[in-house]
Parts: sequence; C-alpha cells; structure tokens
Amino acid sequence: MRERLPQGGRIDRSRRVAFTFNGRVYDGYHGDTLASALLAHGVRLTARSFKYHRPRGIVGYGVEEPASLVELLGADASGNEPITTVRIRDGLRAKSVNCWPSLRFDIGGVNQLFARVLPAGFYYKTFKWPDWQLFEPMIRRAAGLARAPTQPPANGHYEARHAHADVFIAGAGPAGLMAALVAGRAGKRVFLADEGTEAGGGLLTRRLRIEDRPAMEWVADAVAELAAMEHVTHLQNASVWAYREHNLMMVTERSPDHDSLLERSWRVRAGRVICATGAIERLLVFPGNDRPGVMLASAAQAYVNRWAVRPGRRAVVFTNNNSAYAVAADMQAAGIEIAAIVDARPQVPPEALAQVAGIDVLGGHVVVRTRGRMSLRSIAISPLAGGATRSIACDLLAHSGGWNPAVHLFSQSRGSLRYDETLAAFVPDIPAQATASVGAAAGLMTLPEVLTSAAATGGDVPRAHEAAYAIAPLWRVQAAGKAFLDIQNDVTVADVQLALREGYDNIEHVKRYTTGGMGIDQGKTGNINIIGTVAQQKGLTLPEVGSTTFRSPYAPVSFGAVGGLRTGEVQFPYRHTPITEWNREQGAVMYEAGARWQRPGYFPQPGESFQETVNRECGAVREAVGVYDGSPLGTFELKGRDTGRFLDFLYTNKMANLKPGHGRYGLMLTDDGLILDDGVALRLDDYRWILSTSTGHADAVNQQMEKLLQTEFPDWQVMVTAVTSQWNNATVCGPRAREVMEALGTDINLDNAAFPFMTFRDGTVAGLPTRVVRVSFTGELSYEINVAPRHMRKLWDRVMAAGAPFGIQPVGSEANHVLRVEKGFLSLGHEVDGTVDPHDLGMGWIMSAKKSDYLGKRAVALRRAADKPRRELVGLLPDDPNAQIPEGAPLTPGGRKEATEGLVTACVWSGVNNRWVALALLVNGRTRQGETVHVRLRDEVIAARVTAPVFYDPGGQRLRS
Amino acid sequence: MLLIPCPFCGPRNESEFAHGGPVRARRPDPDAVSDAAWVEYLTVTPNPQGPVQEHWWHVRGCGTWLTLWRDTTSHDIVKGPDDA
Ligand SMILES: [Zn+2]
Repeated sequence: MRERLPQGGRIDRSRRVAFTFNGRVYDGYHGDTLASALLAHGVRLTARSFKYHRPRGIVGYGVEEPASLVELLGADASGNEPITTVRIRDGLRAKSVNCWPSLRFDIGGVNQLFARVLPAGFYYKTFKWPDWQLFEPMIRRAAGLARAPTQPPANGHYEARHAHADVFIAGAGPAGLMAALVAGRAGKRVFLADEGTEAGGGLLTRRLRIEDRPAMEWVADAVAELAAMEHVTHLQNASVWAYREHNLMMVTERSPDHDSLLERSWRVRAGRVICATGAIERLLVFPGNDRPGVMLASAAQAYVNRWAVRPGRRAVVFTNNNSAYAVAADMQAAGIEIAAIVDARPQVPPEALAQVAGIDVLGGHVVVRTRGRMSLRSIAISPLAGGATRSIACDLLAHSGGWNPAVHLFSQSRGSLRYDETLAAFVPDIPAQATASVGAAAGLMTLPEVLTSAAATGGDVPRAHEAAYAIAPLWRVQAAGKAFLDIQNDVTVADVQLALREGYDNIEHVKRYTTGGMGIDQGKTGNINIIGTVAQQKGLTLPEVGSTTFRSPYAPVSFGAVGGLRTGEVQFPYRHTPITEWNREQGAVMYEAGARWQRPGYFPQPGESFQETVNRECGAVREAVGVYDGSPLGTFELKGRDTGRFLDFLYTNKMANLKPGHGRYGLMLTDDGLILDDGVALRLDDYRWILSTSTGHADAVNQQMEKLLQTEFPDWQVMVTAVTSQWNNATVCGPRAREVMEALGTDINLDNAAFPFMTFRDGTVAGLPTRVVRVSFTGELSYEINVAPRHMRKLWDRVMAAGAPFGIQPVGSEANHVLRVEKGFLSLGHEVDGTVDPHDLGMGWIMSAKKSDYLGKRAVALRRAADKPRRELVGLLPDDPNAQIPEGAPLTPGGRKEATEGLVTACVWSGVNNRWVALALLVNGRTRQGETVHVRLRDEVIAARVTAPVFYDPGGQRLRS
Repeated sequence: MLLIPCPFCGPRNESEFAHGGPVRARRPDPDAVSDAAWVEYLTVTPNPQGPVQEHWWHVRGCGTWLTLWRDTTSHDIVKGPDDA
C-alpha cells in the first residue's frame, strides 16, 4: 500500500483485508472501499468506457461515480456496482465491467479508432430491423455492462419491512443529524437513513470544526444522543432510493446486522419528510477530462482525509469556485505536491487564496488538454480569454465544476425546481408533498448555513465556520478534443451538438438521443453541464432549457431487495384442493388451470402417450364412468330477500322464478354487453342461493356483485359470501354414474323422475353429509357430490373404490376440454374473447325478452341494431379427419393471404367421432353450414366443412338420462 | 403507493385495495333514455386532469366499496366539491 498515508483516516489498521480485483490479490484495511484500497496500491486504470472503451479510472468517491463499475463474482454475484460503494471484505472478488478480454488489452478499444462512426444516435440509425439480430450478440458482448447473475445468491436472502414515522430524514450529514436531533428531542418518531457506512456525510471527508472541535466529534455525540432515543430509528448503509406518493419512502439497507441477510428493503410512510441529501460535485468539461488520474476535487479530498490515501503525487487543482481550495490545502498537508491551482475565475476571492498560501494560483485560466496513455502525465492550460498554452506535469488533476444540490428525492416527490443564478444550480422550489429540504440539498453551501437551516424548527445552532462558495459557472472549456459531459455513457460535447443539429433540441430529447444522464449514475456529475451546453449552443438561459425529470431509483437497487421474501412460489402461491397429494401419487401431470389453481391435466399410465391418456379418460366418461375434482369452480352463497331480484339483474335469463331445490344455467354480461361469466345458480330456499362461476372469473364476478350491491343498490338486502374454499366436490359422470352412486350408498332417491337434471338434493353419500347436484359439463349423466373440505379425501377414496368395478377413471382437465368441445359447451378463455355476444354463440335464447332490464341487455341490442356482419360460433370438420388444426389459427377466404374471416377456438381429437373436430368463430357462420372454409397456416392450408357447433348428442338426452 | 382512507379501517396501503374506476353518472333507466344517452352513459368515463371521484374496493381488508376524490395530476386525495 505504497500510497497509504502513515496515519489518519477512518480505517481500522489493525484489520487487514485481502480481496481480488481483475484476478489479482490486493490487501486493504477494514473501512476501505474497493476504490480507496486500489488507489492505496497506486492502481489507476480501473475500467473501460461503455462505447469507446477508453481507459478510465476512479472519478468520484460515492454513488456519483460515473466511470468505474465492477461486477462482483462468486457468492456475492451482482453486476454494475460503482467501485466507490463496494466495501472490501475478505474473499471479495470483483472485476471491471466493459473490458473483454482484459483491461489492458481491450479489443473494444478499437472502437476508439472508429469513433467517427459511433456518434450519438448511432444505434438508432444503424442497428435497425431487419439486420439487428446480426449485430446484437456482438454488441452485447463487446459493449454491454455486467452480466446478470445466473443463480440466486448462495449465502443469504432478502427481506422487506414496513415502518411508520412522524419525520423521515434522508441523509445523516450535518443537516440530517441536526434535523434528527431537533425532531427527536421534541419526541417525534424519527426515521433517519443514510447511504454511507457511517454518519457524517460531507464532514467525513473534510477537515471542518463545530463548536471549536473536529466536526466528527460533534457527529459522534449526535449519533450517541440519537441512539439513546427509543423513538428514533437510525440506519446507515441505507439508500433512500425513491420518494413516492403520500410520503412513502423506499429504502434499501445493505448488509443489515443479521445472519444470512443480504439486504433489507424498507417502505416507510412518514408524516413529514426532510431531504438532507447534501450536494454532489459536478465535472468540468474539457478535452480529455475522462483520463485516469482526472478526479473530482471532493473525491481527492475524501481519499486523503477519510481513507488516508494519496490519489497522486503531484496534483493540479482546476476549479471555478472556492470549495476546491480546501482540497488543495488538505492534499498539501498530506504531502501531495500541488503544482498549481487553475481557476477559471479571473478574480480569485482573497478568502480562497488565504487557504493556500505558497501555492501557485492561476486565475482566469482553464485546462485545455490532458496527456498520458493509461494514466495522466501532464495537462495543458491556457488563459480563458485565449492565448498561449503551457504544459504542467502532474499525475492527478482534481477538478470542481461546482456543486449540485441533490434534489433527486425532492424532484421525485414532484416538487418543482428553480434555477439559482448565484449558485448556478437547480434548487428546490415549491414542494408538492409534506416535505422540506435542508442544508446543501436546499442550496446552502457552507456549514453554518447548513446547520442553521436544519435547526430551523428549534434548538440551538452549533457554531462553525466555512469559506463562502463563490462560483462562476463554466459549462465547458472551448477547445478541440473529446470533452465528456457524461463519462458513463461516453457522451461528448460533440454528441450534444450533433443532436441539436439533427433537431433534437428539447432537453428530454437530447437526453434520449445521446443517452446522456441515463445509466447507473443517472448523470449525477454531468447533467447540468449538458443543460449548460445546450443553453450556450442555443443562446438560451438554463431555466429556459429546463431540467430533465429525476426518476427513481436514486441509486441502483437489487431486484432481490425489491422482492424481499416474496420469491418463487411464495410470491404468488398456488391453490390446491385436498386431493393434490392423491393426484401426485397417481402420477398426474399437474399444472395451473386458472386463478392459480393447480389441477391434474391428465393421468398417464406407464407407457401411455399424452393423446392415448386423454382418449382413455374420455372413453371412460362416454362409455362407463369417470370422476373429476370440480372444487376450483368459484362458489358464492347469496342470502337476503332481494337475492332473486338481484340475480335477475345480474344474469341475462330469469332466475327469480326458480323453485327451491332447482338449478339453472345462466350467463352474466357486463353493462357494455360483453360476456363476464357463465355458471349455475341453485336456489336453496326463498332467500338463499348458491352461485357457481368459472374458475378463472370467480374474483371478477365477486367484484361485480359487491360493487353493484354497495354502490348501485345499497338498499337491496343481499349478502354475498365467497365459499369456494368451503365446498369441494367429486363429480361422477358417465352412463354408469348412477350405479356408482348406488354402490356408494345414499339416502337420496336417485330415480331420474325423483331427482332429475338441474336439481339438487341434500343427503348422505358414502356416509358423508353432502349436497348432490345434477349438472353436466361433459354431456353425460353427472352427479356433482359436494362436501366440506375435511371430507373430500374420504369421499374421493370411496368413489374410486365404489367405481372400480365399473372401470372408473380419474379425469383431468385435458379430457374435460375434449368432452366439452364435443358438446359445444362454451369455455370463457376460448370462445369468449371480449368481442362476442350471446347471439354470436347461438345462445340468443338466454337473453330474456321479458325482463325489462338487466346488465348488458341494451348494449347488446344496440350493437346488433348496427347490423354489421358478426363472427358466429360454428363447428369445423377438417376434410382430412386426421388433420389437427392449431387452436387460434386464422380462417381466411379460400385460404389466401387476406384479412381473416374468423379463427379456430378449439380443436380436439374426438374419440366418439374418430376424427379431429374444431370449434370456430366465423363471419356469418350460422348461415354457412355445409360450406368449406380454409385455415391458413404458415406452410399449409387446411380445408374444413362448417357444421353446427355440436359433435355429440345434440338433443342432450344423455345428460338428462 | 397511495395511502387510502377507508371509513372502517383508517388509512391503509393501496396494495390492500382494488381500483374500481371513476364514479360515473348514475345508471339511467334504460327505458327512459335515448340510444345516444345510453351510449354516452356506457362509454364516456370521467377522465379529468385534476380531481376525479373514484371507487376503491378494500378487497384485502374489510370488503367495503368506498369513494374518494383523487387529483390525477398529483395523486393527492383531496376534498370533493360536496365535502364539508
Ligand atoms: Zn376497510
């Protein structure tokens, strides 16, 4: 660590840490970041740039770092971390992004030679369809940022927490600590979060005094006082990355003090928010301002004071304001030779000069060039007004273009910004939420002002002193050569000029066209220079150009932290019925069948193909008996004296006249005439009904019913209770279903006259209390045996045992699909797509003419009055009985490449017909029966004959038998 | 994420609610209005830049349907014209 100072710094010299960077092992001290530890070893080249693959070094010291991003490897795998925010620890492995195959021999560096063909908008102009796919893999590999990790983290997990606070404070620098003390002493619940590893903000890196003591002693006292307050939560390592509506603050806490916890995501709702986010130094724009060794002045100061590291041996300071003079003084005190201070201001204030006695200060000068292949060797300066250049040898150029108040959070909260001429920066103006900005975030640039603003609501202000800021803005140095406005995205002054020439002159367009201000750092060090350059070029003021919108996240957030514990199945859990385990034991292939229900798709036997399985299951239902688990169907109990009237409004057909003990199929529309659901209503007694809905639409139906009852008809007496999970059922179906019921043993009279189709009976089946319903979704005689979930497994086992002599088969959703298509029963996901109405489906009969009003009645009537051709449900029989048609395939006139006249909604192998059969929606389909139509596929045309949409038992005798 | 005042549960996170759309004109008697008026009722939804009255359903809470006024430009929940 040859560049480590012999003493000082906020590092623990008793704890050495070994880490790997780009394959080499280095050491450092506990408290170092990757950046400070590498600088301590004199490592200057740490990255390659995104577009031109130029050599890059370390520019900043925190989240503002634009140049050096690293990818962490191994158990820590994550990409695109600023090198300045990664704390070193034993075993850490990191590598630079953007340098393939290696940092020194970078193949992408040839891009520099072709820089002329890589101007702004290059990607938009060149890599367009149809050739994009030829370039994409190469571009991604050569120019991409870090790779995404392929595995979830091996050594820990993420979690999320919610918190509430009277006062939320972002930033624990002098302003944030002062505000926290004031609020905490007043007994408020305070939530204080700061992104640094320790509190202090700017005080950590500067040598300032408060109450005649080193400022960090005041910080330590403040932290101790806050820690003693039970109602104060104080987090370090915690980035406040978003300011959302209604004062919701998003915070990511890295490495909380807890075993195996990687990050914790906080969502804090606060009564009032105080933005004490400080200010971020900005770059000066001059040719070669991206060379390794060119660093923000604040960063140079931080490395010297906080980490006791010399970022160079012989330095030049380049500035347009007073703040860099303290940097020069601190560097000199650390033994760095200061070759000169180059100040763009013609008149340097005496206050500044007083800090650097004995150093050569060149007022009214600017840096016009830098030299050095992999690292800075010299710079050239010239008078601002023009004139002879002169070279100065140096290995460090510390520059300061001034300071931008960190208004990101304030701006995210929709507070407006105002350009302050004196500060040459945008500052908070009118807040949109309960928020206040204090300290440097409010444009107060010296410590006494910072403390006063933060203590505004009460309390004594500690004494402090700091020289005035006194900036004279310099948006760019007029000299030839690549001068970078945005180092991360390789955006130069020339790129912005090009964008303006090509007509992209709105600042938001300039941003998108050049990509300046995007990326990981979101242009924290460069955005204002882009605005300044545009203003200069167009002869406008900065407020006239305006600022681009600040968006969250303020700093990169890992997906893991956003998700917290909600990963995998926990994120969106599956729903299961009590016989999931039985299904799995039978080897059923399970998958989701709507609304997160896991259902068996089919039950293959050893050696059986998919189609053979489905054929066997269908055959059992058509010829003997099958059983399926219908539990996921939505079930609602409705109660109250207005229920009949309500159902008459909800369904298109009459329900109120249904007699207790009976059921009726019904269709629900929305008021704009689209089909919402179909299902069966059962009437239990005068005031009680049970509704069943399709699995996938249960929630939508529930919402519809509750909304109507609570907002449209609040005086109607109807109570809705969702009972989907309170009822399970086994549905026994097939010509021998009645025999299975008898074998199960029941006190219900199963005689068809006593218990006909579309009725239900309460009674005992197989010793269990049940409600048995005669509905049919398969076209066969069916008994839906409903039981409480605790009886479901027993019922299922008894059905399988009693049915065994009849050859009973469990039936999955695939076979159910075939059986319903053969019958032409509609399925909401297939035949109903938001354009069809009941008439199109051949269900005009269900639209009651007697009821004067119900949902959707008038909308359907109006649409039909328009008398445009409609797509109508038909059956299709492919001319070749062995030709399968893909579901969703288009029908076109004559199979030509023309506008479609319909689509195939379902196609199944029908065992009873020994051929493929399909359902389709076809323009004017009902009048076209007997015609031949054509399915157009990419490579073939399938001819099919139009039929009625029913392929089995059209009269429906079997389900009534 | 909005903070939504439920009359029964107090202020709760938006994630507990389902958005029920803007409050529309009361459903007219279909036998008493013209076709044009009916189409207007079905298709014209309030979509102002500024305060709009909305339905929200506290579906993962107490189940109540409530209405509130939300400013579409700021997400602020504001007083409606008839609120005291
Ligand atoms: Zn509630």
